[in-house]
Amino acid sequence: MKILMFGWEFPPHISGGLGTASYGLTKGLSRIKDIDVTFVVPKAYGDEDQRSVKLLGAGDIPITKRKLNLKNFSKAMDYLEVKSGIVPYVDPEDFWRLSKKEVSGRYNFIQVDSEGKIIFSGKYGPDLLTEITNYSVVASVIAEENEFDLIHAHDWLAYPAGIAAKEVSGKPLVVHVHATDFDRSGGKVNPDVYAIEKKGMDIADLIITVSNLTRNTVINKYHIDPAKVFTVYNAVEPLNEIEKAKYKKGTDEKIVTFLGRITFQKGPEYFILAASKILQKMDNVRFVMAGSGDMMNKMIMMTARLGITNKFNFTGFLKGDDVYEMLRLSDVYIMPSISEPFGISPLEALQSNVPVIISNQSGVAEILTHAIKTDFWDIDAIADSIYSILKYSALTKMFTKYGKKEVDDLSWENSALKVKEIYNKALSLT
Amino acid sequence: MRTICLYFQVHQPFRLKKYRFFNIGNDHYYYDDYLNESVMKKIIEKCYFPANEILFDLIQKYNGKFKVAFSISGVAIKQFELYAPEVLESFKKLAESGSVEFLAETNAHSLVALKDKQAFCEQVKTHSQKIEKHFNQSPSVFRNTELIYSDEIGEMVSEMGYKTMLTEGAKHVLGWKSPNYLYYNAIKPRLKILLKNFKLSDDIAFRFSNNAWEEWPLTTEKFVGWLNNLDPKEEVVNLFMDYETFGEHQWHETGIFDFLKFFPETVLNNSNFTFSTPSEVAEKLQPVSAIHVPHPISWADEERDLTAWLGNDLQEEAFNKLYSLSGKISKCKDPAILEDWNWLQTSDHFYYMCTKFFSDGDVHEYFNPYESPYEAFINYMNVLSDFEIRLNTAMPETNTDKELAKLRLLVAEKEDLLKKYMSEVNKLKLNISKPKTSGTKKASSQATPGKTKTPGISKTGRKNKKVTRVKKK
Repeated sequence: MKILMFGWEFPPHISGGLGTASYGLTKGLSRIKDIDVTFVVPKAYGDEDQRSVKLLGAGDIPITKRKLNLKNFSKAMDYLEVKSGIVPYVDPEDFWRLSKKEVSGRYNFIQVDSEGKIIFSGKYGPDLLTEITNYSVVASVIAEENEFDLIHAHDWLAYPAGIAAKEVSGKPLVVHVHATDFDRSGGKVNPDVYAIEKKGMDIADLIITVSNLTRNTVINKYHIDPAKVFTVYNAVEPLNEIEKAKYKKGTDEKIVTFLGRITFQKGPEYFILAASKILQKMDNVRFVMAGSGDMMNKMIMMTARLGITNKFNFTGFLKGDDVYEMLRLSDVYIMPSISEPFGISPLEALQSNVPVIISNQSGVAEILTHAIKTDFWDIDAIADSIYSILKYSALTKMFTKYGKKEVDDLSWENSALKVKEIYNKALSLT
Repeated sequence: MRTICLYFQVHQPFRLKKYRFFNIGNDHYYYDDYLNESVMKKIIEKCYFPANEILFDLIQKYNGKFKVAFSISGVAIKQFELYAPEVLESFKKLAESGSVEFLAETNAHSLVALKDKQAFCEQVKTHSQKIEKHFNQSPSVFRNTELIYSDEIGEMVSEMGYKTMLTEGAKHVLGWKSPNYLYYNAIKPRLKILLKNFKLSDDIAFRFSNNAWEEWPLTTEKFVGWLNNLDPKEEVVNLFMDYETFGEHQWHETGIFDFLKFFPETVLNNSNFTFSTPSEVAEKLQPVSAIHVPHPISWADEERDLTAWLGNDLQEEAFNKLYSLSGKISKCKDPAILEDWNWLQTSDHFYYMCTKFFSDGDVHEYFNPYESPYEAFINYMNVLSDFEIRLNTAMPETNTDKELAKLRLLVAEKEDLLKKYMSEVNKLKLNISKPKTSGTKKASSQATPGKTKTPGISKTGRKNKKVTRVKKK
């Protein structure tokens, strides 16, 4: 079975959960004998592999093709990059704002990277919607030139590409919902994005959601027939050999960590409010907010206003191994997300033997039993949970004993097998 | 002689209220009164009242031929006293009938037998006194919390002077033996042991309304038919269950009350079984052998062991933390502390921390106020932390404790004083403010014409304060 897969990002250039998830899933699929994946991503940066084959598509949009031979993949994968300035995690207005000025960095527009300063404006399209259209034009070219049995599109930026490929080839389309605009926007849904999402879901033969939480959103907010929506939970890569810790903990303080984009969706202010409650009762503790995002400055102001800056640290964006370093130093991991379709990072924390507190409004809460679950707004409950984990050692003992096992039992291969069932179902429909 | 021994357990815990860490040291009341009262009222209406009435009528009707036994935990009695004295009256009426035996247990429905012999004996004594006070009976038969039993526990019970004890007829203990005989304790042969026939008991208590069960619906005729099919040499069938089986675990609509109503009639007409209380069984029957129980058993779950209460790290830590306080408690005389000490020991608190239910049955969900065992643990440990602080204040042992106790007293005194002074200050302010307001009003209106008066007052007030501070320095 040949799968043509459209995504937005692929390691090493990832900025969040979607890249991790689509990477993990393709890796899981690569272990299944009769499945071959061709992965297509929009990509605007100039560090393509020189040995790769250049393809030119319609509309002067260059396409880079190369064989990826990735570690732990059981076979090589065709990997196509479409030159396009699509940036994940933005809505069209943000994109317009971004495209007006120089932005440093790769996909991550806050982190400074000296290698590639990119001007988004002009060259490939004046706005995000045009970029998406360009991507779909290229998609139809790719669909014509390649042979495949089924199309799999990850999240809304890739839906139009999936739709175009379906129109050209007549092959079934599976869309994979990692998040909806209801999650990203906190209720202020962008009508253009909604329209693209809805169209993708309507045209798709089958839909995969990352949790029942998201499945309900798809059914209730996009009015999709429940019979064509299936939940496949994400998994997590097994942790490599634990290397020697790079940093030693400099204090005997306990460390409580929030790790993720500092945006409305992630509920950072609830963490800060809980921290301030704990600091009234407890001294030997430090709070860390790792990550960056549009609410970062506001959050720094908030800690200043609460007078807890001596016990509260912001690390900025953490890359790669630094994430695991941070987790290794942590005594508690917290994810108070307001709306989290899945949430892979708590699983990574559990892998590093860190107890986790997650919000009931996250998809991962559906599969984790050995974690503390609270409502994101229940600051008292969050504070109480943090305090208790730091104070009553039996909790950490239980979480590390059973929580880690629970995570180890999840595997991308199992998720991939479920996805394969859905492929078979989609093929049998046509 | 062949006989049936019916025993019903009556127990409800004092469930704890949501107790956050910031309550520690500030809030010394631990119970969710609303929840406890409403659960109690609900059970009374659905179970205790209607079931007591049926039992009373049956006892009248069969005039000495129908008998039952109750064990009512001290926690339940306390809740009856608080929320429903009329239920206590209704049990008293049953006690007066002469056909109802009341058993001894631990006052707090605790697991103390596993930890502390002296405390165990004291709790049993307290409970017996309560039973005697309310029901005018001095119990001679003992049943431990959750039917927990081992050879050693039996030994302690025998030493306290009890002649009979009830426990579970656990398969792994009995092996090929039948629970339908009288046994005796392996260490103290004079202590007779009645074993629950869990198959027949659970047919009523758990399976009665299960329509996926092949024997559903269960009628009294069918049940008595099973009794008649037992080996004719078998002497006693012990049917032990929660009293809440009637009307609460099995709803009224399932027909459970009709089953109860017609059970004695069917037994007495269709079989040669009689009804006996536990002490009668122990008196009339000859024990057939010793029963060896080196490791504690209980009546819970498939395993019939202690893992429902002491099966994971959370439960172990909470349990050990709790009983690490018993040394100080034994010297403590403060009635409020001792009362809380009782209710914190109730086994249900540990049951709520059980993680088995992730795979096991939904029985654990029953009246469980927590969403997860972790929440149950956190709440309990917070309460226990506050309790420990109170105990240390009342019974300082180490020098630091003594220092702390002194300081806490000082702080409390100072706070009282502060409150007193504040109220005096407020009173004085009221007195002063009347004549003075007109003056400040004038001043403010001169300083900021056109503005509202109130901010003007506060401004001048603030200025005055600053001035006085400077002067003081």
